[in-house]
Amino acid sequence: MPVPRFWRKIRHRYNLIGSVCRNCGTYYYPPRNLCPTCRRAGKMEEYQFKGTGKVVSYTVIRTPPDQFQELKPYVLGIVELDEGPRVTSQIICDPEEAKIGMRVRQVFRKYTEDGEDGVIYYGTKFEPEDEEYDSGGDNL
Amino acid sequence: MRDVAIIGVGYTKFGEMWGRSFRDIMIEAGLEAITDAGIEGREIDAMYVGNMSGGRFIAQEHVSALIADYSGFARDFHIPATRVEAACASGGLAVREAYINVASGLHDIVVAAGVEKMTDIGTEMTADVLASASDREWEGFSGATFPGLYALIANYHMHRYGTTREDLAEVSVKNHNNGSLNPKAQFRNRISIETVLNSPLVADPLRLYDCSPITDGAAAVILAPAEVAKKYTDTPVYIKASAQASDTIALHDRRDIATLDATVFASKRAYKQAGIKPTDVDVAEVHDCFTIAEIVAYEDLGFCRKGEGGMLIREGVTAIDGDIPVNPSGGLKACGHPVGATGVKQVAEVVLQLRGDAGKRQVDGAEIGLTHNVGGTGATAVVHILSR
Repeated sequence: MPVPRFWRKIRHRYNLIGSVCRNCGTYYYPPRNLCPTCRRAGKMEEYQFKGTGKVVSYTVIRTPPDQFQELKPYVLGIVELDEGPRVTSQIICDPEEAKIGMRVRQVFRKYTEDGEDGVIYYGTKFEPEDEEYDSGGDNL
Repeated sequence: MRDVAIIGVGYTKFGEMWGRSFRDIMIEAGLEAITDAGIEGREIDAMYVGNMSGGRFIAQEHVSALIADYSGFARDFHIPATRVEAACASGGLAVREAYINVASGLHDIVVAAGVEKMTDIGTEMTADVLASASDREWEGFSGATFPGLYALIANYHMHRYGTTREDLAEVSVKNHNNGSLNPKAQFRNRISIETVLNSPLVADPLRLYDCSPITDGAAAVILAPAEVAKKYTDTPVYIKASAQASDTIALHDRRDIATLDATVFASKRAYKQAGIKPTDVDVAEVHDCFTIAEIVAYEDLGFCRKGEGGMLIREGVTAIDGDIPVNPSGGLKACGHPVGATGVKQVAEVVLQLRGDAGKRQVDGAEIGLTHNVGGTGATAVVHILSR
């Protein structure tokens, strides 16, 4: 991904910052400038999500894009945050461990990098909520 | 709005055509359609071209002008030529734009074409281009591949409705069987359930044989006002409905990740326009980019209730001799999926079926046909209903 495109949304990616519409009460992640329900009547504000939710569906990516090769196989899921919105994210667990409905919590992790001299793309991943906390160095 | 007919169709052999270029295959399909229609080039008023990503597959934008030039419509006739893009639904959208153009009365004879040359670049890059049909910043960033997104649909569908791994495999077996009867199909080999179940995992639960291939190919259809169609052909096929719908770009934002609401809305609009019910459809070409996509399409097109798609394939309802034959061409799985061409090829195929010109894969007595073309994971759907 081109660096500016990543850089613009660093806060939102690192901290799970999205939006909430104070008119209809709907939460959005990723952030939106316009509430798709209320449109011009909407009142959008920034919102930092609690970072907990459950797995709606998951898969195990066996043939990833080049920049993800070193992570394969990895679990990719759709997580429904407790506030409502759903996000596509990696889930840090063994492929056999993943389950639909599993409770997960947000963690800060590396996704990819642009070679040795390029930027490192960090972002949010999720891990099972009942896991012991670990610093996750080798989970990337 | 006036009624519109299709008076000629053509599509190239689908497959890996390393010796032939983008323009080679597009011209071949166009000439076949024009010859089939029995018209003169000078009669053509306008052209729409469905193409997903000339820019990234062959580093060529402005492909509408290129094709108008190489088909001989630019230098003397200077006809308007327009590219339309909706990822893998680009072809269906080209047919729809051509339909609107003729129906409105603006033009009389209009070509709808679709083309994609996908094998000039490596598989890795091709996969990256295809992933751009979903939300690059919020799906692709996380390592979501295109098969991965459909795998999320599959896993959820299996979990919620009890659809089985074997049901998915049956779709592939059926479509390979149909493809074996189609001389233009990329894959003409029959396969067994075991072939699918033993093929490498791509994104669980989807395996290699659940995925449509990377394909070069082109297709074209010629549209004319219904009132003059008989002047050109004894067997015009009429466009009874053309409908299109949109949905969220990202799969995770859908109301239900196992339903393509764009398909639901496009097909409802199409059935209403044509004045028919789903059960009236005699033959359908649907968007089986992955096996799960065909099962979900059965449900969203109203061929069965939600969650019963697995049963339809299990009971042979959609086989070529079943009640609702689906993808007699071999579908995207076996006939191939040159993304921008697919939607046009689907229409061309159904026209052949309704004319009785489909050879060994002919569905007996087909009078009403449906095509269903999807962009991305369902952010765009285009449905056409055709009749004799």
